[in-house]
Amino acid sequence: MRTIIVGCGRVGAGLAGLLAAAGDEVTVIDLRTDSFDKLPEGFRGNAVRGDGTDEDVLRRLGAEGADRFFALTEGDNRNILAAQLAAETFSVPNIVAKVNDPVRATAYASLGIATVCRTRMMVESLGAYVGLPADGGAMRVLPRTGHHAGPHSSSKGSTVTSSTVTSSTVTTAASGGTWSEDQH
Amino acid sequence: MYVIVVGGGKVGYYLTKELLAAGHELVLLEKDRERAKQIADEVGSIVLARDGCEGQHLAEAGANRAAIVAAVTGDDEDNLVVCQMAKHHFDVPRTIARVNNPRNEALFRHLGVDEIISPTRMALAAIEQDIPVHELLHLAQLEGGELELLEAQIGEESPAIGRKPTDIILPDGCSLFVLIRGEQAQPIKPETVFQSGDKVLAISRTECEMDLHRQLIGTTSLS
Repeated sequence: MRTIIVGCGRVGAGLAGLLAAAGDEVTVIDLRTDSFDKLPEGFRGNAVRGDGTDEDVLRRLGAEGADRFFALTEGDNRNILAAQLAAETFSVPNIVAKVNDPVRATAYASLGIATVCRTRMMVESLGAYVGLPADGGAMRVLPRTGHHAGPHSSSKGSTVTSSTVTSSTVTTAASGGTWSEDQH
Repeated sequence: MYVIVVGGGKVGYYLTKELLAAGHELVLLEKDRERAKQIADEVGSIVLARDGCEGQHLAEAGANRAAIVAAVTGDDEDNLVVCQMAKHHFDVPRTIARVNNPRNEALFRHLGVDEIISPTRMALAAIEQDIPVHELLHLAQLEGGELELLEAQIGEESPAIGRKPTDIILPDGCSLFVLIRGEQAQPIKPETVFQSGDKVLAISRTECEMDLHRQLIGTTSLS
């Protein structure tokens, strides 16, 4: 499995360490080299300084042909842009974007990008701690319920992606492409 | 016409002033309070100190009745999200995004942004027209950016020299139509033979540009 992780914060570094230890070929990208200090000791993967929302950078790092792509920077919108590049330009089959704004997290799930939302997770977890009912839904990745626009071939890329590629879903959920805005 | 402008930097500020002067109804969303207040002091209470990326704030600004949402912040990712939220959440008929990284243009169009404003592309086009280089010059974008009008200069290295249009294999969606030779324009005919110094006007699908470059200019770098 080849995995690309954009953003080497606590979450990105932690996940990079976990997946590399499990045998994945991991590349983690961050704008700042000192972010790589967070990677666990003995990390066996690539750590590259660069802008993970830049198409050229992602291509150079082998986004084409990657199996998994995680956008985990501190910026919701940066993650949304990176994830959509991975989906549309590089046709990566499994993509998750960290989107801490619950509204945007739901919105982009219905646009075809699976999202994970720290805000929901903490609210649900703290609610459960004080005894409120919780179904654990917020603890999971919010699966894509809609489809993204479809493979997009870059205007200047020398290798044009096949127009028949379709991504497999991250999980099995499909409630149509409606734009729901349930705020937990 | 009701317009929502997102981003109160230099572009958003002047855009707001121009639109107001033209008599449009508009609201400007600028998330930095200080900056929002500064602009409001000058143009009045049409400025909201709100983040246009948040659905809730777009709703407050009346996005569901806006004819146009123009996202002109300095960050491509923010402009994309504003336009996608406006388009998919509020059914705004026309969304406009400022894009700094030219590589993002095609992706943004594909993701539903109706109009792309690219200062980088505009400056590049102006420079390219002033400095003749053996490259493809981008003269104009047609059909919302799907097609491009290009000028190719046939240099001494060009593989097209001595060949006829029928000898040149071009991808579908790409055609050569005018030859400029000695400052005279003429249609390209099957019997035309290209020579060094010619200029060729072509219409090409954006993704065919590399092929066109290879056939008419040669294998120089096209980043």
